[in-house]
Amino acid sequence: MKFSVTVTLKKDVLDPQGKVVENTLQNIGMESLKSVRQGKYFEIEVSDQDPQKAEKKVDDMCKKLLANLVIEDYKVNKI
Amino acid sequence: MNSSVIVFPGSNCDRDIAVALEKMQFKNQMVWHKETTLPKSDLIVIPGGFSYGDYLRSGAIAGKSLIINEVIKAANKGCLVLGICNGFQILTETGLLKGALLRNKNLKFINKDVNIKVENNETKFSYKYKKNQILKINIAHNEGNYFTNSDHLKKLNNENLIAFKYCDKHGATKEENNPNGSLENIAGIYNSNKNILGMMPHPERMIDKMISNNDGINLFSSLIN
Repeated sequence: MKFSVTVTLKKDVLDPQGKVVENTLQNIGMESLKSVRQGKYFEIEVSDQDPQKAEKKVDDMCKKLLANLVIEDYKVNKI
Repeated sequence: MNSSVIVFPGSNCDRDIAVALEKMQFKNQMVWHKETTLPKSDLIVIPGGFSYGDYLRSGAIAGKSLIINEVIKAANKGCLVLGICNGFQILTETGLLKGALLRNKNLKFINKDVNIKVENNETKFSYKYKKNQILKINIAHNEGNYFTNSDHLKKLNNENLIAFKYCDKHGATKEENNPNGSLENIAGIYNSNKNILGMMPHPERMIDKMISNNDGINLFSSLIN
């Protein structure tokens, strides 16, 4: 079973890289841009067949290593 | 006093800190990260560098290494622990120190000598310094922007857990003397018991007037007694 995990900085944490990307997109004329937040993306495959169990395991991986919960939020999606 | 320096793949200040410790008469041992026991230690140092190439986040992989479980156990029993630069990042990743070190606000790697002020000189790490003494210490990092939640920041202030702050040469902690965007110009913090110190500046680089200055030496001379 495969999952995608997206890790991004929390809303109240300054994201200077995202800001630079945002400014650059504006500079090259991208209209109606509101904001950019940069993050990390993982694809994770686990051998569990039970979707709930599998998702719980991936959630545990996020909490223990993939995200630093002091500064980051994460989202898990089945793919 | 016995000291242990933990070495990870990518550590690059491990030998500098060993020189500083031995200069101050510590009996020092280097401990590879795959070890599962620590030698008898009064002080554990997690050195600077780029452990695991800063993969995932600075300090994240080292923070889950085998030897770190032993460091956590020793720290919880009161052993002195010093994390410098990447060592500070690793200590926040283990949870021994709260908060996190974000990418420098200006997105640049900063390598320069900066002024820092001793905020608390009543700990085992700092009592040879005077309160508010200004030191010139080298920083060299890309992720040194200290961040924590507002409750913890209050606690740091109320319990006198801020070790050092970036300042100008007169000791004023203004925004323009904040190299990396750290909250309240914080350069180093203690845990509640004050047996763990994490700091971004490199005191081990300031132990000899021949090559820099010796503003860092009193940290080690505080520890040896």
